[in-house]
Amino acid sequence: MNLLKISVANLKEKKLNSFLSALLLTLGIGMISLLLLLDRQLDEQFKKNIKGIDMVVGAKGSPLQVILSSIYQIDAPTGNIPLAEVNGLKRNPFVKTVIPLSMGDNYQGFRILGTTAQYPAHFEAKMTQGKLFDASMEVTIGSKVAEATKLKIGDTFASSHGLDAQGDAHGEKKYKVVGIFEANGSVVDQLVLTSLSSVWDIHEHAEPAGHDDHEEDHHEADPEHHEEKQVTSALVQFRSPMGLMTIPRQINENTSMQAALPSIEINRLFSLLGVGIETLRALALIIISIAGVSVFISLYNSLKERKYEMALMMSMGATRSRLFLMLLMEGIMLAITGFFTGIIVSRIGLLLFSKAAERDFHYSLSEFSLLPEEIFLFLGALVIGLLAAALPSLGIYRLNISRTLAEE
Amino acid sequence: MITSNNLQFAYSPEKKFTFPDITCGDKETLLILGQSGKGKTTLLHLLALLLKPHSGEIHIAESKVTDLSAKQILEIRAKNIGIIYQKPHFVSSLTVIDNILMSNYLANRSQDKNKAIYLAEQLGFAEHLSKKTTQLSQGEQQRVSIARALMNNPNVILADEPTSNLDDNNCRKVVDLLKTQSGSIGASLVVVTHDQRLKDEFSNQVFL
Repeated sequence: MNLLKISVANLKEKKLNSFLSALLLTLGIGMISLLLLLDRQLDEQFKKNIKGIDMVVGAKGSPLQVILSSIYQIDAPTGNIPLAEVNGLKRNPFVKTVIPLSMGDNYQGFRILGTTAQYPAHFEAKMTQGKLFDASMEVTIGSKVAEATKLKIGDTFASSHGLDAQGDAHGEKKYKVVGIFEANGSVVDQLVLTSLSSVWDIHEHAEPAGHDDHEEDHHEADPEHHEEKQVTSALVQFRSPMGLMTIPRQINENTSMQAALPSIEINRLFSLLGVGIETLRALALIIISIAGVSVFISLYNSLKERKYEMALMMSMGATRSRLFLMLLMEGIMLAITGFFTGIIVSRIGLLLFSKAAERDFHYSLSEFSLLPEEIFLFLGALVIGLLAAALPSLGIYRLNISRTLAEE
Repeated sequence: MITSNNLQFAYSPEKKFTFPDITCGDKETLLILGQSGKGKTTLLHLLALLLKPHSGEIHIAESKVTDLSAKQILEIRAKNIGIIYQKPHFVSSLTVIDNILMSNYLANRSQDKNKAIYLAEQLGFAEHLSKKTTQLSQGEQQRVSIARALMNNPNVILADEPTSNLDDNNCRKVVDLLKTQSGSIGASLVVVTHDQRLKDEFSNQVFL
């Protein structure tokens, strides 16, 4: 028998009221926590892959699409650009590196990316087994690809055309796995890397001329123009910020290509998402406030019913402060319960979200530790529980023991 | 042992009470009879130190208890006075035994579970100890509140209409239990009632 036990018994006595209050708190806290988690992880994922890439050149179209397809490998490319123009960029004194990318095929939904050795070097991908692709039709696969497809070194496979797993298979020419990358959390984890020439080879030999004109299908080397090699896009790093001032405009005005700046496009994307996130956050705050009101109302009502009990306990020697503390504990316990279930719910939410993202984009979000912001969230929940309990409980200090006992 | 001298109390200038002096020694019993509106509950609340008299004095266990600070009054009440109300009230969320142990807890004493069980056996509700109080009958509830009042071995037991909601059978049982239990701990028993059935049970009587 102690105050805590009485508080717990009181909460249990009003099961539905307590449940409603805790549920509302859980919802509000869970939503805010999930938003914090997503915000943080998307930010991390986006920032990590953008690092060191100052500009992306691709075919004309939506610059955001160029960024999403070339850096994050989640959208379809805008089209093809001539390799000659890409190589021309290298001659610009402000340009440090140009990494050409060539895509269009996949294996079981994982994109096959034709590029140079600079690409894995840029993302600091290390090998766990084998070696980097060298000759045509050799591939080095990311850790997630290895895990999902069970491909091992020495295995061969036929790619499918397009970026979806359902594309037609290129049956005649088979890729050979020569190496596997170590997982490093970058986009390389989910890619099958090969040389540019593999992509050209496979399409030259596998497809008859004028195969199709779908925009979705990006033939890196159109059989009709053998002499003019094409790539999908290129990642560019500048030697100095001066490049940023002049080169994008030059490209957009003077070439058939388009320059997209990752930092600007990602900021634009985040500001688009931001509206949604802000709305959800406001909604979560409203739910938390309602939870506070619910705690307030249920304590206020139960206090009216329990007025006699309070007077009785005071006649038995309880001080008003002791009873006030007991009521505060009820609010605090609801807040703590709501907080922890909310945190658990947000982790479950993240897990589900991550599963979906993994399935659709091969990106996984898996940081389940407590965020520093959540400590403030905890304090916030405590304050709400305390306030909501304290306001009605102040009535204890005005309770007339004798009258209350005599009235009933 | 409880005595009062010249107790006066007023809720408003029109509603004034002047109470006859009372004395009830250790192991003695006193019945205060009066019709409703005569200030029975007011007198009991004055004796229980729940109300502060406008004038007059109360002594409990030979020491003057009027003119003390709120904190001292709280201590004296928890230590020396056991109160039984007309309608037995409990903390409804707690079990019978926890309600009884609460007397110890709120008076800052160690919680004597064995005593609670002993009293429950004496008063005949030992099988109900782990039930909620609302599951008990009126007579049983009144017996639980007697056990609760006895837990701290008070010097004075004050009972406000303890039998008015009970049938004859339970009425006699409760009065007998009150008398024997208060006698066994050497407390003074003061019963305030309008219940005429109790007239023959008590030799010392005061009329309001």
